Amino acid sequence: MSDTSFLSLENLTLAYGKTVAVEGLNLEITRGELIALLGPSGCGKTTTMRAIAGLMAVKSGRIVLDGRDITRTPANRREVGLVFQSYALFPHLTVFENVAFGLRLKGMGGAALEEKVMGAIASVGLTPFARRKTPDLSGGQQQRVALARSMVMEPKVLMLDEPLSNLDARLRLEMRTELQRVQKQSGLTMIFVTHDQVEALALADRIVVMRDGAIEQIGTPEEIYNRPASGFVADFVGFENIFALRDGHLVAGETEIALEAPPEAAGLAWRPAAVPLGQGPFAGTVRSVSFAGNRREYLLDTALGPIKTEVDAALPAQGLGSSVSFDLPAAAAAPLRRFG
Amino acid sequence: MMQRLLAPLTLGLVLLFLIGPFVIIVAASFSAGDTMAFPPQGFSLKWIAKVFTVESFRQSFGTSMFLAIGGTIAALILGIPAAYAMSRYRLPGAETVRMMVSLPIIVPGIIVGLALLRYFVIPLGVSITAALFVAHTALILPYAVRVVSASLANLRSDMEEAAVLLGASRGGAFFRVVLPNIRGGILSAFILGFVTSFNQVPVSLFLSGPGVRTLPIDMLGYMEIVFDPSVAALSSLLAFLSIGIVFAAERFLGFSRYV
Ligand SMILES: Nc1ncnc2c1ncn2[C@@H]1O[C@H](COP(=O)(O)OP(=O)(O)OP(=O)(O)O)[C@@H](O)[C@H]1O
Ligand SMILES: [Mg+2]
Repeated sequence: MSDTSFLSLENLTLAYGKTVAVEGLNLEITRGELIALLGPSGCGKTTTMRAIAGLMAVKSGRIVLDGRDITRTPANRREVGLVFQSYALFPHLTVFENVAFGLRLKGMGGAALEEKVMGAIASVGLTPFARRKTPDLSGGQQQRVALARSMVMEPKVLMLDEPLSNLDARLRLEMRTELQRVQKQSGLTMIFVTHDQVEALALADRIVVMRDGAIEQIGTPEEIYNRPASGFVADFVGFENIFALRDGHLVAGETEIALEAPPEAAGLAWRPAAVPLGQGPFAGTVRSVSFAGNRREYLLDTALGPIKTEVDAALPAQGLGSSVSFDLPAAAAAPLRRFG
Repeated sequence: MMQRLLAPLTLGLVLLFLIGPFVIIVAASFSAGDTMAFPPQGFSLKWIAKVFTVESFRQSFGTSMFLAIGGTIAALILGIPAAYAMSRYRLPGAETVRMMVSLPIIVPGIIVGLALLRYFVIPLGVSITAALFVAHTALILPYAVRVVSASLANLRSDMEEAAVLLGASRGGAFFRVVLPNIRGGILSAFILGFVTSFNQVPVSLFLSGPGVRTLPIDMLGYMEIVFDPSVAALSSLLAFLSIGIVFAAERFLGFSRYV
């Protein structure tokens, strides 16, 4: 464990009965970091969060928070906050009482409580709604109540399970900015779960990409975006052309092509924009074209299998079925440490 | 043509059988005559008034009220934790409990009454009142468990987890978050239990002793001796009481959602 680590998950294994959901997970998070857990459905994101919160028993491994082993600490004494995907507000209580719930349990009352709760409500912009019952609020407002309710407890770690997935596109963007502002202002250590790479890239200090109950890659948004460690991560962050390498040769089915690739790379990946069309040594036919505003996206049938490319929409469009040339420049590819 | 007539005809017959007896009883209770008869002879309120003067009615009404209220409360005290445990934890014996809880609905009440008398009251010297209380509690318990279970099923369990993460104990989360949100279900269970107990005949039939009998049993006994319309009058009063309670419950709680 490094000395800067605030929350460490050490060799964590989590299971539902006999089904192992997370296996041998190691993660170190520093104080004040904003971490995104990114990964496909069922990879164990929620499970990991529930274990950190103490809502799920740890099968093996340790959780250390702020220098204290909390692996067996009951959930109500961990000082960890969790904003549920469903928000889990208390429908029989007002916004004020929802936010005051935890503080009242701590024995706080009177003016101190009033001030603290109203402060938290104001910080998420809900002052006019303080006396409303929560079922009368919109989805975005409910979510902000859930956020205020957790934040007012000043937890050591605040976790959010797909905080933006229930919101429409515009509200989503608004809440994204809001989350980031709140986090920077409070200095809270935060972990949020998302399916959405754009969200993770935009918000997080570091991204943890999960796959089948294990961590596939940890890195800054730049690292994840530009230097995916594996074909899986590359695919997740928008590399559409992913090929294995064998002895410096690109392998695609029966075809092998000699390429100048870094010797340790097990694969190469190109974003569609990194594949030039109308030049280069390779040939293919256009299977489909779609217009995407300033760009035009092509799907080509080639000896290497399907290749995706996109070019400036100002260039003349290639017709369906027409033969085109394209290039796979090694310099524009992201080298993969693992192909799969 | 035939089919178009059949539907309203069936409906009419059903209504006739459902409401007919009720109409006859209510009409008979306002009769001025001295025997129960339909159509009633004249109109008077004297039988309604007489109900309140019959000493045994007053006593058995008290017994029935005590059983209905006490038995329902006891059934809820047992039933709410049972329903909660079954809805939140995967218990090994939950299916058995669920089945047991529905047994009193399947087993004829008259058998329950007889068994209690023969193997509980007589050999153990338990008082009739205690036996009645046990019987009515057991009778209401299934309703309590089922109605409370239905309202718990609508309640997401992550609310309790949220309460725990805010510092509540499991018990605290139950009292602060679960109970307030199943109030409607509990009240519905109470009303259903109350009405069920109050109208219960078969179980109570064997369980009556000197000065201790439930109102319906007392009415049966009364009718064997006296055939004046006061039993009809009492029935009407009880029916209107039940209707009033259920109507209020539906109006304020959406009773039918839980039953
Ligand atoms: N209550 C449960 N009982 C048994 N298995 C479960 C349970 N909850 C989750 N799992 C399994 O554990 C694995 C991880 O689930 P988890 O909910 O952590 O995934 P997730 O990454 O949060 O997915 P999503 O993005 O769909 O929310 C999955 O294979 C899932 O089927
Ligand atoms: Mg999840």
